[in-house]
Amino acid sequence: MSDPTAMTLAEARDALKAKKMSSRELTGAFVAAIAAGRGLNAFITETAETALAMADASDRRIAEGKAGALEGLPLAIKDLFCTKGTRTTAASKILGNFVPPYESTVTQNLWNAGAVMLGKTNLDEFAMGSSNETSAFGPVFNPWRSKGSNQNLVPGGSSGGSSSAVAADLCLAATGTDTGGSIRQPAAVTGTVGLKPTYGRCSRFGIVAFASSLDQAGPMTKTVRDAAIMLTSMASIDPKDSTSVETPVPDYESFLTQGVKGLKVGIPKEYRIDGIPADVVAMWDKAADWLKSQGAEIVEVSLPHTKYALPTYYIVAPAEASSNLARYDGVRFGHRAASPRDITDLYERSRGEGFGAEVQRRILIGTYVLSAGYYDAYYSRAQKLRTLIKRDFDQAFEKCDVLLTPSTPGPAFGVGAKTSDPLEMYLQDVFTVTVNLAGLPGISVPGGLTESGLPLGLQLIGKAFDEGTLLRAAQAVETAADFKAKPAKWWTA
Amino acid sequence: MSRTIKGQNLIKGSSGEWEIVIGMEVHAQVTSNSKLFSGASTAFGADPNSQVSFVDAGMPGMLPVINEKCIEQAVRTGLGLKAKINLRSLFDRKNYFYPDLPQGYQISQFKDPIVGEGEVTIDLKDGTSILVGIERLHLEQDAGKSIHDQHPDQSFVDLNRSGVALMEIVTKPHMRSSEEAAAFLKKLRAIVRYLGTCDGNMDEGSMRADVNVSVCKPGGYEKFRADGSFKHLGTRCEIKNVNSLRFIAQAVEYEARRQVEIIEEGGTIRQETRLFDSKQGETRSMRSKEEAHDYRYFPDPDLLPLELEQAWVDAIAKSLPELPDEKRARFIAQGLSPYDASVLVSERELADYFEDLAQGVDAKAAANWLNNEILGRLNKAGLAITEVPVTASANNAIIRMISDNTISGKIAKDLLDIVWTEGGDPKAVVEARGLRQVTDTGAIDAAIEAVIAANPEKVEEVKAKPKLSAWFVGQVMKQTGGKANPAAVNAALKTRLNLPDEG
Amino acid sequence: MSVDKDTVRRIAKLARLAVPEERLEPMAGELNGIFKWVEMLGEVKVDGVPALTSVVAQKLKWRKDEVTDGGNADALMTNAPGGEDHFFTVPKVVE
Ligand SMILES: [Mg+2]
Ligand SMILES: [Zn+2]
Repeated sequence: MSDPTAMTLAEARDALKAKKMSSRELTGAFVAAIAAGRGLNAFITETAETALAMADASDRRIAEGKAGALEGLPLAIKDLFCTKGTRTTAASKILGNFVPPYESTVTQNLWNAGAVMLGKTNLDEFAMGSSNETSAFGPVFNPWRSKGSNQNLVPGGSSGGSSSAVAADLCLAATGTDTGGSIRQPAAVTGTVGLKPTYGRCSRFGIVAFASSLDQAGPMTKTVRDAAIMLTSMASIDPKDSTSVETPVPDYESFLTQGVKGLKVGIPKEYRIDGIPADVVAMWDKAADWLKSQGAEIVEVSLPHTKYALPTYYIVAPAEASSNLARYDGVRFGHRAASPRDITDLYERSRGEGFGAEVQRRILIGTYVLSAGYYDAYYSRAQKLRTLIKRDFDQAFEKCDVLLTPSTPGPAFGVGAKTSDPLEMYLQDVFTVTVNLAGLPGISVPGGLTESGLPLGLQLIGKAFDEGTLLRAAQAVETAADFKAKPAKWWTA
Repeated sequence: MSRTIKGQNLIKGSSGEWEIVIGMEVHAQVTSNSKLFSGASTAFGADPNSQVSFVDAGMPGMLPVINEKCIEQAVRTGLGLKAKINLRSLFDRKNYFYPDLPQGYQISQFKDPIVGEGEVTIDLKDGTSILVGIERLHLEQDAGKSIHDQHPDQSFVDLNRSGVALMEIVTKPHMRSSEEAAAFLKKLRAIVRYLGTCDGNMDEGSMRADVNVSVCKPGGYEKFRADGSFKHLGTRCEIKNVNSLRFIAQAVEYEARRQVEIIEEGGTIRQETRLFDSKQGETRSMRSKEEAHDYRYFPDPDLLPLELEQAWVDAIAKSLPELPDEKRARFIAQGLSPYDASVLVSERELADYFEDLAQGVDAKAAANWLNNEILGRLNKAGLAITEVPVTASANNAIIRMISDNTISGKIAKDLLDIVWTEGGDPKAVVEARGLRQVTDTGAIDAAIEAVIAANPEKVEEVKAKPKLSAWFVGQVMKQTGGKANPAAVNAALKTRLNLPDEG
Repeated sequence: MSVDKDTVRRIAKLARLAVPEERLEPMAGELNGIFKWVEMLGEVKVDGVPALTSVVAQKLKWRKDEVTDGGNADALMTNAPGGEDHFFTVPKVVE
């Protein structure tokens, strides 16, 4: 075995099953890679000791023939999932040294399947951002750099620590959360696979909430197969989340061999927006041809309200966030300002000191759009637009089984390049946000490299609860793209 | 229901008469084992923060899951209020900051409550009844408790109540006097206690009332009832958390007079929240709540719409117990006065006691016995009906012995005193102590002869003043130790003293 | 609709966020940029369109009325920045 960290999740699973190596060896290799990769700032908290203890326990279970589906496989967890006994920060100062006395359902499902926790990955503060630059723990760097350049690029966001860690082989796979594109956009710009399941497929219990009606956890992996394996373990029917669906979880891996013959793939014409780089459009067209050559039928569809999705999102998400983040008040946990004069001073300064600029901006937007006199013009109208956007998809899916679009309007950009204008940053999610508004599953698969050598992603969008078909199509794209490129390991130097 | 305002309900101001208009918002704690959205216990009086789940404490990532019992209790109450049950309702977040509100919002129902319009009949002392319209009933979470007197410069927060289910019951402004306001709350309390949906315990805060008071010139209210426009009514003030029936009456009286004085001095009433100070007997502005509140209600994205099936609602409707109004009508049909019937149904335990007591005997006699003898003794002892030392069936036996002439009414009272303090079976006590009524004419005649012999002058007097025969009756009763049958004594005396038929 | 400095001050107060005086004006500018962009939603006719209440077709879960939680005041207090005798403490609130 040359470098165990370069393996896919499926390969490592098979190697452990075949007893070609132990979880201890595998985990040890990742612990070393994480230590060597600190320059990427992908992790907020490393849990090497816990990881090795979990690996030993896995090795015992493997020896006893009691291995779970993810037995002994080291994963990275976005630091938005509460992990019992391990600090959880949401990349915010306001959570201080919060150590949850409980475990999120998704991570509990992973541990129940035998997975090993390597640590908690960096993210945009409270998952608000598309570049991982709003983290209170500093920006994360993309392992990829443009050909011949030393400039640091962003890994996307908000799950930027996870995307960077997967792309740099600091873990086999990672968890992410996606509210407007936070799994798919970072996956796209790091040459990895990111799957946002149907709203309600994975429990939100124990995940620090950003926007409750949009948030959804999902896997970030090296391959489509790995995403299927991860989702099978992450998803569950959870009595602790009122919005988690009652549908049984299938074995998603079983869909991958089914091919796309006869599948109708829709191309939404409204996604051909002005100002998208030519190589993004070219790759999109190429992907349609790949699917066609494997037996799929390409149909043009219309999603007429597409251009309203982003502004709708920037009302709904901040509104929910302004309320979800009210609990960070310095009373029961988290940061409390020093010597407050009175309770109002305690609230205002704790929150003023604890939240970063982007979070504060969104809290203010959300407070404003819900406030007396503005609710109807903003929030209520946005929720009606959501109904229209969802109807668009319902109608499109009468004509096709999956949709194919670009994942992002372009490749990874430079650190600091878009921080001055919030709107420019928000545009990163223009292709992904519609999917959250409609509650649908979406996946980003690497399509290839730009001329300057940076990865670009292709997005597939499925019908609600039809992750199976989505994965079939994603597998077809992945096979055709045959994306084998890896970033040069500049960070270990 | 239009009605004239009684003189005592009018406030006389310098500019003439004013009328009071009252609406109420009652928070009733739902009777359930666990909280509305978490599995923590609702038991009263536990150690601080010992009945708090991470959900109730608003910890990161925690989510609400609704308690089916609380939904059922709200529907049950709605049916008891003859209200419309909404098969689809929504939970909203009411956003504000307070140390005992851990999530930074209260989950409540704003636009689409689970229960819509209904009505409550209240019976007044003068025998009249009025209808008070119910605007709505919705489910919401209670807040925790802040304790301000434990430390010189800190408040202590206990979240045991945080997340306990409340029903907020909102009336229309249909009450016109402090008596009506108190009577409404009393009736509402009786209804929820009959239904078993709230224990109605005001001391423990299971039932709290916010009272909205405004004043208007005579005629304004009638115009409001005619076209529904609030412009005919005065500006209202909300008096928060008035926690006893007595305080409600005091608070309304004080507040209405305060408003009249302000208006008559040329001022205007500011819509505000006020607090009733029971020690001073006055209402005070709550400065801390003055700051512009903008609750930013919006549907809680952690919860889906609450949808009920009509068949499920129907099944609950079938399981409702007989409620106070129906019971009252039945009691009246059995011969009770409307007033007695109202008093008896006001508490479920009292009505139950009465029903046992009246088993197979005259209802009116049973009601009198309960009102005069049992309640009188309980009052004196400061006991509740649930603590009565003599069972309803024992009292029923006493009433039966009166009606079949086994004992006299006078002896019956003595008998009750005996079993009240010493216990025992009334029939056995009557036999053991020889309390049976004497109907044997020989014994009565002997007693009459003894009284006549001892009082010859009275015999002369009674001839002139037949009314004196009552004195003779008393003396004969004394002679027989109260056991003589008064009717038999009367008849025998009449013959013996040769008195006219009407004496 | 345009957001001014006073509006920012008012919503910051509602949101209990200490925004320094010198940040109010720039923040108003940033918010205006966003609200100007959002104005395009006004183009869409939404009469008769119901506001979305649940994004996927699903029934609300109902829980049994059982005591399954609580009873762990120690765990509840472990992260508290202010606490005494199982109470959370805050600067005295005057009613
Ligand atoms: Mg109220
Ligand atoms: Zn309320």
